[in-house]
Amino acid sequence: MTFLVGVTLLLVLQLAGEVTVRLLSWPIPGPVLGMILLFLLLLLRKRVPGSLATASSGLLTHLSLLFVPAGVGVMVHGDRLMAEWLPVVAVLLVTTLLTMLVTAGVMVLATRYLVPGYREQEQSDD
Amino acid sequence: MTEPNLVEIWVYLSASPLLGLTMTLVAYLAAFSLYQRAGGSPLLNPVLIAMAMIILVLTVSGIPYQDYFEGAQFVHFLLGPATVALAVPLYEQLSRLRRLWLPVSLAIVAGVVFAAVSSVLLARVLGATSQTQLSLAPKSATAPVAMGISEAIGGLPSLTAVLVVVTGIVGAVLGTRLFQWSGIRDDSVKGIAMGVAAHGIGTARAFQVSKQMGAFSGLAMALSAFATAMLVPWLVDWIEGVL
Repeated sequence: MTFLVGVTLLLVLQLAGEVTVRLLSWPIPGPVLGMILLFLLLLLRKRVPGSLATASSGLLTHLSLLFVPAGVGVMVHGDRLMAEWLPVVAVLLVTTLLTMLVTAGVMVLATRYLVPGYREQEQSDD
Repeated sequence: MTEPNLVEIWVYLSASPLLGLTMTLVAYLAAFSLYQRAGGSPLLNPVLIAMAMIILVLTVSGIPYQDYFEGAQFVHFLLGPATVALAVPLYEQLSRLRRLWLPVSLAIVAGVVFAAVSSVLLARVLGATSQTQLSLAPKSATAPVAMGISEAIGGLPSLTAVLVVVTGIVGAVLGTRLFQWSGIRDDSVKGIAMGVAAHGIGTARAFQVSKQMGAFSGLAMALSAFATAMLVPWLVDWIEGVL
């Protein structure tokens, strides 16, 4: 029962997000707005209801499963990827790793200069 | 008279969503147990192995992707509620987020701009067609967002979906090693970098490292989806105009 309540809540918020972005023709996807709405709701309630915790950890534990159907679509684009394999492989490898370094670098520098009290490794609560 | 029966069964299965759905779950469970038995080596990424198994089966049996997706779409659909669900781990990191919101925002905007501009430029330099360049531009955003943007700027949404998944796998497989090598140790920083560059697949990997890294990766994935939707169409226009 609790799982069902949690999943229903997630779907209702996704629905609210989808309807809102269409009504206001916002360029962001409905589920992303749904996530923001749920975050605001949690800020108001100040705690995570048990049903929601169950449903969200159920979905997020195997998040990567959800990408399999789209990934299998690679077989439809075989010809194009064969013809353009060099730029595609190079872009996927090089820019993805560089993006990580750039993002991490900006965050480390910005934290150092903008949040003086925050030390690395004051964390690890897992 | 077993042969006609087998044909009938096959006709039923290839027309029903049951086969595609079951195949997706079985392949993923097999890939995941392989991954665990190998001690969680990121090289045996479960998405990658599951994809390879399913493509092999579909190719050998001659089932077209569209028929497979009839069943697999039920799994694909869950990307929506799973995205909404990311608000929960994010809320659990609230106190850390309160202190770090400014560096986090700066890092996400920098990462999103860099990902899109460097992808289009490198693809162009290496001679990719314009349609492929445009399909690569939103590749670091999560699948539904990236597909929408790809369509809006003149790429191929279905190609973008594939590029998004492979980008996520690259990030998940090589990311933790890259952080180790470059001396980045803070789980908040690692999570943000993973989420910006490698969206949900990177986030799945981040949750295996720690809850904190997963939560920050989920946050970065959500905010960078937002930033990608806002910035990338405009950035691509700008690149086309200048170069």
